[in-house]
Amino acid sequence: MSTTATVENLPNASAEPQVNYLNARYGVKSWLLTVDHKRIGLLYLCTITVMFVVGGIAATMMRINLLEPQGALVEPETYNKLFSTHGLVMVFFFLVPSIPVTLGNFLIPMMIGARDVAFPRLNLLSWYIFATGCLIMLYVVCTGGVDTGWTFYTPFSTTYSTTDVVLAALSIFVAGFSSILTGVNFIVTIHKMRAPGMTWFRLPLFIWSMYASAIIFVLGTPVIAITLLLLGVERLLHVGIFDPALGGDPLLFQHLFWFYSHPAVYIMILPSMGVISELIAAFSRKRIFGYSFVAFSSLAIAIISFLVWGHHMFVSGESIYAGLVFSVLSFLVAIPSAVKVFNWTATLYKGSISYEAPMLYALGFLGLFTIGGLTGLYLASLSTDVHLSGTYFVVAHFHYIMVGAAVMAFMGGIHFWWPKITGHLYPDLWARIAAAIIFIGFNLTFFPQFVLGYLGMPRRYAMYPAEFQALNVLSTAGASVLAVGYIIPFIYLIWSLKYGPVAGPNPFGAKGLEWTTQSPPPTENYLKIPIVTEEAYNYETAPEPEVVRV
Amino acid sequence: MSDAAITHGDNPTGFAHQFEELDQQHDAGRLGMWLFLATEILFFGGLFTGYTVYRSLHPQAFLLGSHILEVKYGAINTAVLICSSFTMAMAIRSAQTGKRKGAIIGWLIPTMLLGATFLFLKFRFEWYHDYLEHTMPGFGFYYRPEWGAHAPQVQMFMCFYFFMTGLHALHMIVGIGILLVLTWMTSRGRFTSQYFAPLEISGLYWHFVDIIWIFLFPLLYLIRF
Ligand code: HEM
Ligand SMILES: [Cu+2]
Repeated sequence: MSTTATVENLPNASAEPQVNYLNARYGVKSWLLTVDHKRIGLLYLCTITVMFVVGGIAATMMRINLLEPQGALVEPETYNKLFSTHGLVMVFFFLVPSIPVTLGNFLIPMMIGARDVAFPRLNLLSWYIFATGCLIMLYVVCTGGVDTGWTFYTPFSTTYSTTDVVLAALSIFVAGFSSILTGVNFIVTIHKMRAPGMTWFRLPLFIWSMYASAIIFVLGTPVIAITLLLLGVERLLHVGIFDPALGGDPLLFQHLFWFYSHPAVYIMILPSMGVISELIAAFSRKRIFGYSFVAFSSLAIAIISFLVWGHHMFVSGESIYAGLVFSVLSFLVAIPSAVKVFNWTATLYKGSISYEAPMLYALGFLGLFTIGGLTGLYLASLSTDVHLSGTYFVVAHFHYIMVGAAVMAFMGGIHFWWPKITGHLYPDLWARIAAAIIFIGFNLTFFPQFVLGYLGMPRRYAMYPAEFQALNVLSTAGASVLAVGYIIPFIYLIWSLKYGPVAGPNPFGAKGLEWTTQSPPPTENYLKIPIVTEEAYNYETAPEPEVVRV
Repeated sequence: MSDAAITHGDNPTGFAHQFEELDQQHDAGRLGMWLFLATEILFFGGLFTGYTVYRSLHPQAFLLGSHILEVKYGAINTAVLICSSFTMAMAIRSAQTGKRKGAIIGWLIPTMLLGATFLFLKFRFEWYHDYLEHTMPGFGFYYRPEWGAHAPQVQMFMCFYFFMTGLHALHMIVGIGILLVLTWMTSRGRFTSQYFAPLEISGLYWHFVDIIWIFLFPLLYLIRF
């Protein structure tokens, strides 16, 4: 990261139009057969954007339906399919892969000073596997959907549901392999591909968080894979694995499912925590306070997250002693999360903060993640959970974290690295407006749901008692605002591809190896492998920002 | 970067562009395989968990179920797999010590044959037999009177048996496929005493599949003793 590395890695200004990874080769084939981690990241970005739209449409229809107590739009059966589709698509095909496969793919090799990931062809293969999973899911959605909820609870899923549970489970199974391969690739890359001088404690915190999520990918995903396989076999062959009539135990399914799916919620949040560390450092122009605490808290979260799954089963008939233990462990997992929030806040203190769009997302993240995390503690307390479990309070809790925090960070990250990825700047004013709209729309949508849940409105019903209507209408109104907030960036980001001003290598004056090479980077990222001589976030020596306002 | 390190200037075969040194590429491949095996352990781990839970819930039925299996074939197959692990290790050893490619292939082929023997015994004398005897869940499983009220759980035992051995067999088939590729690569002279990482990494996989069997054999066949 020394200045010499910067100069060596930029072609001189007078040279021909830059050759970069985007214009090095043209044509559909050059994309579909690419092994360049940056192009693969973009392939993923397109894929998960499509899935996000699909999941979003389902959510829109649900919210419209809930405008009226009797259901304004669809039959209850259809409603069941809508929330199942929404959950499955958003969790497994958008949020779990989101930051790792797009920004992670793009940035990990760049941030550690490598030419590519350790296994580029495996990387492409995992995109193909993921795309296959998406196609199976879309096929299921188009041919009647599935109505089990994203949790596939038995015996409903194995015995009673009349929808295409097996294919839906297969799509998750397939997508899971893509996660596993990505996880393996990331861990090996981070271990073996670091540039000379890039020691573990000079790594950007984004890398630490990707490393922690990759651990969960590798150790968690196979368990959901085998669980879904068992479910499929039970359903197809009518043999008893989870069926109590045949000696099976439906609770075993829940244990296996949550053994993956609780860590999976941390797959969704850990990468976003990494993004936030980068954003906060860059826009308060300070080294992250307590770097090593933030780094190790990622690992702590990854490890403890494997030990708390039982908090999803407090009221499913798990023993009271198991409940106690899981409750305590769930409180423990909140500690490393809180460590991060405190450290980010301390970083802001006396920083020279500037409020570019990515920073607005980061600040939004801090607030929303705090609310989401704290309400998690209500749910992790046995006695309050008995009242709140299965209500909209749970829905609000996890949306505060998964949408409020994780998607905010995803948007913030996309905005931060967009100039690096595409070489173009987007209109910052619009970006800030959109960030504000998203923040407001999000709170309008989900805060009422805390209240609804506390008052006792159960989740997953197409209808509700009339007294809940006002809050439900408020929530739907908020959802429309939120939708507008998502559509605006979609438009100006695409606009910027053609009309956005040229970004230059480092428009935000940020530290980090990826900013020392041209934008967009050349295919091999660096003209010469950089030699790292300093800590991450050394903003004392940082260049001044050279942002061109649009 | 040590002096002896092989870099791109030397351009030996099988050296991928993203790496700086051949050693780095070896290490990466090996670490990747170990991680993949960790995944596999958790994959089978789900089944082992299910097996443990249900065996402790229905010990009697699992005992009855294990009587359906023929220890003879299980034992022969265990021996076959252990031998195949030995031949696999010898194949790697001969590459490492710079033996001619004939020597390497001379160990790879018996490895494949032993793997195929395992599969043949499994399909022909165990699964096919179960199918004929109506002890294959989902394919006309027949509740024998002597099982009494335990019959559904005996079926569950057989479910786990087919699931675990089926997945294991699938891994064997993949392994034989990998060995075929390795044989082809060896015959093209791809491996030297400097570069034999694919052999070594595939060896890890092959041994892993064997070890899974070493756990399956007592859990499924031997619990009746
Ligand atoms: C601060 C740490 C956290 C604690 C203590 C916590 C606690 C809980 C508890 C106890 C439940 C079960 C509620 C019930 O069903 O009765 C729950 C549900 C949930 N949480 Fe959290 N949580 C935390 C963080 C997170 C994070 C980071 C995410 C996601 C990124 C998340 C996503 C979810 C989801 C998706 C559910 C609902 C699952 C379902 O039933 O569909 N939580 N949380
Ligand atoms: Cu959880």
